[in-house]
Amino acid sequence: MSITWTKKDLLSLYDLDAAEIKLILDTAAEFKKVSERRVKKVPALRGKTVVNLFVEPSTRTRTSFELAEQRLSADIININAASSSLKKGETLLDTVKNIEALQVDIVVMRHSAAGAHNFLAPRLSCGIVNAGDGSHSHPTQALLDIFTIIEKKGGVEGLNVTILGDILHSRVARSNIWGLLKLGAKVTLGGPSTLVPKEFEKLGIRVCDNLEEAVSDADVVNLLRIQHERQKTSFFPSTSEYANIFGLNEKTIKYVKKDAMIMHPGPINRGIELASSIADGPRSVILEQVTNGLAVRMAVLYLVAGSLDKAPS
Amino acid sequence: MAENNKYVLANGRVIDPISGTDSEKEIGVSDGRIVDPSTIPDAERVDISGCVAAPGFIDLHTHLRQPGNTDAETITTATTAAAAGGFTSIVAMPNTSPVADNAGTLEYIRKHANEEGVVNVFLCASLTKDLKGEEMTSIGSLKQFGVVALTDDGRCVQNHELMRHIMEYASSFDLPVFDHCEDDVLAGDGVMHEGHWSTLLGLRGIPAASEELMVARDLILAEMTDTRVHIQHISSAGSVRQVREARKRGVKVTAEATPHHISLTDENLKSFDSNFKMKPPLMSEEHRQTIIEGLADGTIEAIATDHAPHTKTSKLVEFDYAPFGIVGLETAFPVCFTELVESKRLTLPELVAKFTTGPAGILGVEAGTLTEGAMADITIFSPEAKHVVDSSKFHSKSTNTPFDGREFRGKIMGTIVKGNPVFSENLSVLATL
Repeated sequence: MSITWTKKDLLSLYDLDAAEIKLILDTAAEFKKVSERRVKKVPALRGKTVVNLFVEPSTRTRTSFELAEQRLSADIININAASSSLKKGETLLDTVKNIEALQVDIVVMRHSAAGAHNFLAPRLSCGIVNAGDGSHSHPTQALLDIFTIIEKKGGVEGLNVTILGDILHSRVARSNIWGLLKLGAKVTLGGPSTLVPKEFEKLGIRVCDNLEEAVSDADVVNLLRIQHERQKTSFFPSTSEYANIFGLNEKTIKYVKKDAMIMHPGPINRGIELASSIADGPRSVILEQVTNGLAVRMAVLYLVAGSLDKAPS
Repeated sequence: MAENNKYVLANGRVIDPISGTDSEKEIGVSDGRIVDPSTIPDAERVDISGCVAAPGFIDLHTHLRQPGNTDAETITTATTAAAAGGFTSIVAMPNTSPVADNAGTLEYIRKHANEEGVVNVFLCASLTKDLKGEEMTSIGSLKQFGVVALTDDGRCVQNHELMRHIMEYASSFDLPVFDHCEDDVLAGDGVMHEGHWSTLLGLRGIPAASEELMVARDLILAEMTDTRVHIQHISSAGSVRQVREARKRGVKVTAEATPHHISLTDENLKSFDSNFKMKPPLMSEEHRQTIIEGLADGTIEAIATDHAPHTKTSKLVEFDYAPFGIVGLETAFPVCFTELVESKRLTLPELVAKFTTGPAGILGVEAGTLTEGAMADITIFSPEAKHVVDSSKFHSKSTNTPFDGREFRGKIMGTIVKGNPVFSENLSVLATL
C-alpha cells in the first residue's frame, strides 16, 4: 500500500481524503478476516493503553470499541461520565490531561457537545478517536456503513445512497455524507423538511421531503433513528404521522428497488422509522453493520497507534 | 506632564468629522481643553508627524465586569484597555452582578471609575429590574443620577407590552433605549448562526430571524411611542434593511456594528474555537457585506466593541459550554481600519466618524470633537503602521480574542483624556508630557 496513515487522531471524515478513507477500509478488511478465525486476538496493540471515555452514555459503540481493543491486545480502562470527576466540576481538558499523564496512548471518547474532540486534539499528544460528538461527527459509524456497502455492492462510486430521517440532529448523517461524497457516491437526504436542512444542497446533495422521490432510485437506504423528544419541540406532529408519511413500512417499501439494501445504525424504533418485517427481512444488513463495526474500529485503532509510534517523541 | 499642562500637537493630520476638517494643522491643549494654538505660543510642541489626530474614540458598548466578575475584568483594566485601544470614553453596560438597575450600584461604578478609571465612563442602567424583563427600573431617578442610556444588554425584553411602556416612559426623560435584539424562543439553546456552517458542523443554530423579529418589534414600538431606539450590535442583513427603511420614514432609530461582525464570518467556527462564540453570532459573508454597506451608507452610525471579557478557564471548554462574548477594545481600530479603509469601503474620515461623532450623537453628549473649547479627548493613530495582535500584551485582564496573532494596518499611537496622555505607543515625545 503506497499511502500511510499519519494522523494521531480520528476526528471526522471531513478531515480525511479519499485515499485515507480507503486505507482504513482496506485495513478493516484484513481485520475482518482475523475476526473469522478460531483465535480472534492479535498482538497489534500489546503494551498500549486505551481509555474509553464515555461522557455521553453508549452501549453498542462502547462495546464495539472495547471488543476491538481486546482483540488487538490493548490494555483498557473504561470511564463513564456518571462516575468521573467531570461530575465534580473538573473540566474536560483537565480530565483528559490527567488521563494522558498516565502515559495512555489513545483516548476513545464520546461526548454530547459537538466539536469536543476538535477542541481537545491539538492540546494533547495522545491519540483521540471520536466515538461520537453531539450532532457533529461519528466517523467509525460512517466507515462501517461504507464498509458494509462496499462488501455488498462491490464499491460505492456512482451508487445512489439515500439517508432518511432526522438529518438535522444526526452525527451519523454528517459523517456518512463526507465519506460517501469523497468516495464518489450520489447522496440523497430525505425526511420532514423541518429535519432535513436545504443547506446540504450546496454540497451537491439532493434533498427531498417526499419519501417516494427520496428512495425510488436508491441502491442503499440508510434509516436514522427518530428521537421521540423531537416531537415535543415541534419538528413533526406525532410519531404515528412520521411512521405513516416518512417511515419505511409494508406500504412504502414498494417505492424501494428490489436489490436495494436497507441499513440502520441502531437502535431501531420498530414500527416508526422502520417496520419489523423490513428490519428483519432479506434486504436488511443491520446486523452485518454491527459485525463490520468491530473490524473498522480495530483498523482505526491500529492505524492511530501506528502513527503515534512513528511520531518523534 | 508638561508644565502647566499646555502643549501643541504639531505636524499631524487632523481629522475632525464634525467640522469636516481633514488637513495638516496644529491642535492646542491647555488645562484639559482644546485651544487655538496661537494663544499658547510658549507651549511645548509635540511632533506627531506621520500620525492622525482625531477626537477621542467613544465605545458605546463595554462590559466592565465590576462589580461581580473581577476575575475577568475590573474598571481599572477595562479603562486601561480602552485607552490602549484609542477610546477616551466608554459606555458601561449594566449587566454586572449585582445588575446596575439602581443608584447604589451605579454609584459604586461611578466612584471606581472616577478614582481608578483612566478614561471617561458613561453610565447606563438596565431597562428592567435584575434584567428579568418583568418590571421597569426607576428610569426617572436613574436619569437624575446621570445615566446616558438604558439597556438590558445580554438579554432582550420579551414582553412587548412592557417594552412599549418602557419606551413611552423613557422618552419622557429623553433617554435612548438601547436593545440587544433577540427572540429567546427562536434563539433557543443555539450557539452559532443558523446557516451553511451550522449545518455542516452540527452546532445548534440561531436563525437570523431571532434578531430581525425583535428589530421589527422595536421599530414598530419606537414609531408608535415616538422614542429614540438604538439597535445594539446589529448583525443581520434583514435588520439593516429594516433600520434603513424605518429611518426613511422618520423613525428615531440608530444602530451600531461590532468590529467582529465586520471582519469575521461563521466559517471561522469550523475550528470549534470558543473565541469565535458570541451573541449575536458571526453570520455569513452575505450578512457581513450588508453590515459594511450599512456603515457606508450611514444606516449604521457607530462602531461599538461589545467588549465582553471572560476568563481563560471559562472559555477553555467544549464550544457548547463556553460563555458568549469576546474582548474588543484593543483590537477595534486596527480591525476596522483594515477591513473598511484599507479595502476602500469607507474613507478614513468616515471611519473616524463611526468612532466619534456617531456614538456621541447617539448618546447626546458633548464629546467626539476637536472644536476649540471642547474637552481635550484626543486619539492619535498611525494609518501606516502595522499592528500584530498579541493577547499576552493586552491591558485587559482577559484574552478572549479571535484575532490573536493576526496582522492589521492602523495602530493607536497615543490617547489623551482631558489633556492628559493615558496611553502612548512608541510615541516617546508624548510619553514625556
